[in-house]
Amino acid sequence: MKDFPKEPPVDLGLAKSFGLHEDEYSRVVSTLGRIPSYAELGVFSVMYSEHCSYKSSRVHLRRLPTTGPKVVQGPGENAGAVDIGDGFCAVFKMESHNHPSFIAPFQGAATGVGGILRDVFTMGARPIASLNSLRFGRPDHPRTKELLSGVVKGIGDYGNCIGVPTVGGEVYFDKSYDGNILVNAFTVGIAKTAGLFFGKASGIGNAVIYVGARTGRDGIHGATMASAEFDDKSEKKLPTVQVGDPFMEKLLLECCLEIFATDCLEGVQDMGAAGLTSSSVEMASRAGNGVELDLDSIPRRTTKLTPYEMLLSESQERMLMVAKPGREHEVFELCKKWDLDVAIIGRVTDTGRFVCKATPGYDPLDDQPVPRDPRVVVDIPVPMLVDDAPRYERPQREVPPDPVASAVIGPTIKDASAELLALVGSPNIGSRQWIWRQYDHVVRDGTVVRPGAADAAVVRVFCEDGARTIEKYLALSVDCNGRHVQLDPYMGAAMAVAECARNLACVGAESLGLTDCLNFGSPEKPETMWRFSRSIDGIRDACNALGVPVVSGNVSLYNETDGQPILPTPTVAIVGQLREVEDRVTLGFHAGMQVASLGTPARGALGASEWLTSKVGEVTGEPVGIDLAAEARLQKLLIELAHKRVLGSAHDVSDGGIGVCLAESCLATGVGCTIELGLSSGRELAKLFSEEPSRAVISYAPQHEASVRAAAQAAGVPFAVIGTTGGDRLRIDRVVDLGVLALADAHRRALECIVGPE
Amino acid sequence: MDIAVVVFPGSNADFDALHATRDVLGAKARYVFHKDTSLGAADAVIVPGGFSYGDYLRTGAIACFSPIAEAIRQFADQGGPVLGICNGFQILTELRLLPGVLTRNAHLRFECRDIYLRVGARGPFTHSIPQGRVLRMPIAHGDGRYQCDPATLARLHKHDQIAFHYCDAQGNVGKGPTVNGSIEEIAGVYNEQKNVLGLMPHPERASEALLGSDDGFQLFAALRAHLQGKAA
Repeated sequence: MKDFPKEPPVDLGLAKSFGLHEDEYSRVVSTLGRIPSYAELGVFSVMYSEHCSYKSSRVHLRRLPTTGPKVVQGPGENAGAVDIGDGFCAVFKMESHNHPSFIAPFQGAATGVGGILRDVFTMGARPIASLNSLRFGRPDHPRTKELLSGVVKGIGDYGNCIGVPTVGGEVYFDKSYDGNILVNAFTVGIAKTAGLFFGKASGIGNAVIYVGARTGRDGIHGATMASAEFDDKSEKKLPTVQVGDPFMEKLLLECCLEIFATDCLEGVQDMGAAGLTSSSVEMASRAGNGVELDLDSIPRRTTKLTPYEMLLSESQERMLMVAKPGREHEVFELCKKWDLDVAIIGRVTDTGRFVCKATPGYDPLDDQPVPRDPRVVVDIPVPMLVDDAPRYERPQREVPPDPVASAVIGPTIKDASAELLALVGSPNIGSRQWIWRQYDHVVRDGTVVRPGAADAAVVRVFCEDGARTIEKYLALSVDCNGRHVQLDPYMGAAMAVAECARNLACVGAESLGLTDCLNFGSPEKPETMWRFSRSIDGIRDACNALGVPVVSGNVSLYNETDGQPILPTPTVAIVGQLREVEDRVTLGFHAGMQVASLGTPARGALGASEWLTSKVGEVTGEPVGIDLAAEARLQKLLIELAHKRVLGSAHDVSDGGIGVCLAESCLATGVGCTIELGLSSGRELAKLFSEEPSRAVISYAPQHEASVRAAAQAAGVPFAVIGTTGGDRLRIDRVVDLGVLALADAHRRALECIVGPE
Repeated sequence: MDIAVVVFPGSNADFDALHATRDVLGAKARYVFHKDTSLGAADAVIVPGGFSYGDYLRTGAIACFSPIAEAIRQFADQGGPVLGICNGFQILTELRLLPGVLTRNAHLRFECRDIYLRVGARGPFTHSIPQGRVLRMPIAHGDGRYQCDPATLARLHKHDQIAFHYCDAQGNVGKGPTVNGSIEEIAGVYNEQKNVLGLMPHPERASEALLGSDDGFQLFAALRAHLQGKAA
């Protein structure tokens, strides 16, 4: 009888090199009552990683509001779900793939998309649209071009191939991301509420079935890698990046949806971070059961895989299913139809333990495999890995407001036209056309409002209920401006939620639910932990004020390189619904309309604005803050006006201030406007570029003025007629006079400084 | 009117084709899985867009070896109307039902955006559209650059097989920047018998005003008129 290949002896030093802390390791030894095996140490290290255990964030995440009348499934499952009526729900989640994308931008981003798609279809939902939120370093950083091109190509390659439209997103460039980019991927799918599937290993004795791609050595320890900072040796981490195959995922998607339709499963979960280990352990944990795996029967594409490697591989496009008794053959038949590998690899047990067996030296890929004689290589109580995993209330240190920074106001504006043109053509504000044209954003015949046409994407979904098909319309947006979070984490995070919901309100949609992706630096730094905690409070209060529950999310910590953290970036995405598709409002002006502003006009605070940051080179200035009650009133009004169908356009004031807002409404449709804001010169011009929130610019046919004014008055929202649309120039008081064509040209070419001319 | 929409592993615009023909046109449209060997009682066949077999080896290449391929070939040989959209066009060229090949876009990127097409050759999918009319619909492809040798190009002209050219909003061909580098800005071609059409743009994604354009519906309306004319 052969033995397992020689593995290093397990001790504290090895545990530390696996990312475990000393006290975590000693707790493992004392609870197990013995030294863990090498494979077990691997299991502990991934399950105790920040990525899987949420050990630093869990105590804070509890403060988020997660309930509401529309919530079908809150956090804790593979994705969240909200009711969209007639027995259907929208299933969605956002996830980070930051660390892998920095090491290998194409594969990192591609597998990020693959992972989030699986999280959604694992729930029994057909994915119908994706968004992404990206952060790169400064535009002239030597790696920015390669990272941007690779990430966009990776997202496009995966999403285009599998046939899920990528309908929107956001991108920022800031030097804080020079050494640590962010790739957050969002997918929403549609399911019958009664047909949702959950990640539960129920039914003692039921078969645990492996479906999909064979296991290789790729992505081993990916979750641990994603839970550590980068340093100058990070390039050596390449083998920890997974490799994606969107064709395989497309087969897996169609096959899974057909398997789900037979109702032969008890539970299902995709093998994502920490692969087979986390999927089987989490399924067992949710059901309060144990699971016993026979590693000899794992389908594999590489020879000589050790138990450790099989347990920790993050090979993509794999699912773990638990079949109802006697119905395994239905899974096998559909896998045959779709030419997918399938194997029974274990059973659900009543022991409450995670047990894995393997035969030393056995390899099914050998010409003559040694006889099977499995031995126990892992035997761990499930609660140790999930419910009793470490969690920390890490120390925090408040970062008080800096009065010196708050007083920074930047240079005096002399030529507002030139300043506005430069902003419109800047990488942070200009057109993302170069990006979204590389994504198939029209597949599935549902994209009603395409990228760039409105504040949010609008997607038609077909809810098929027997012979009856009901068409529904979802609105989607993803937002976060990390600079505002940096200046004031509480207000900045609240502003991210507010802007996202406001984007939906501008197209006329009611927000149903939110998913977040909280990207921060090292939780072991008290200042970062304080920012994280304050951001949670900001999200909580904004969600409560706007009536939007959090239904799923993800935390990505340790986003720093050589001790330099990223801007705190609590990205949020919201799914909303339009009452009727005719309610939808886009952002481009049409001629002959009256233009009005909604919300309190800017006082001129420039903190964290694109204009001030571009002038000073630092995130600084007077924080703008947000009045959540005023925000809620504004959003209610925008939706009401959409329902009345009186609006020609609606566009919220955000990055670049009202100047950029007006310019974008002009260049979207090539229609100019003449605006009076009462600005003359000097410091007053700051009001053009202030990013104070809770404002929008609308246009409507003049005969609707009285009804719009009355609605605003009744809603308690400040309303002011500020001009008219028409012509081919954008004129603001006597301070801005620009041709719409010149604006459109600058806007279109905004990314040329990074990717070159088209 | 019975329309078969062929589903290869990796097809992803199969639903789009089904929706446009079943829900918008009102035909009896259904999927036919690639492992089937019969198209049933189909009056017309659509080979939809996507990434059949992951586009591994060469776009459309492996689909030719699927069991259903022979049935498509026979249906076409018997004069049945066959429409290949995007990856379907690529498959039909690999099946040698259409001349020419589709290679990587000249700019080397996948590109999704609305383009304009000028209608040319007449056939079951275009006979009722006035020649020279400009249609707007989306493209979404990385490998849409139509190429063929000079002899093939001469035959295309001689037999009036060029169904669509990329053009500008006014219908001018070759005045603006090229869409993907296709020879003579060719976007779609018929076979010599004019019953098989392949095009890179997506008429099935431009068949409802709600989606931004219903110009593509004219191809399906032409097919309906063609089949009704035959039945009468």
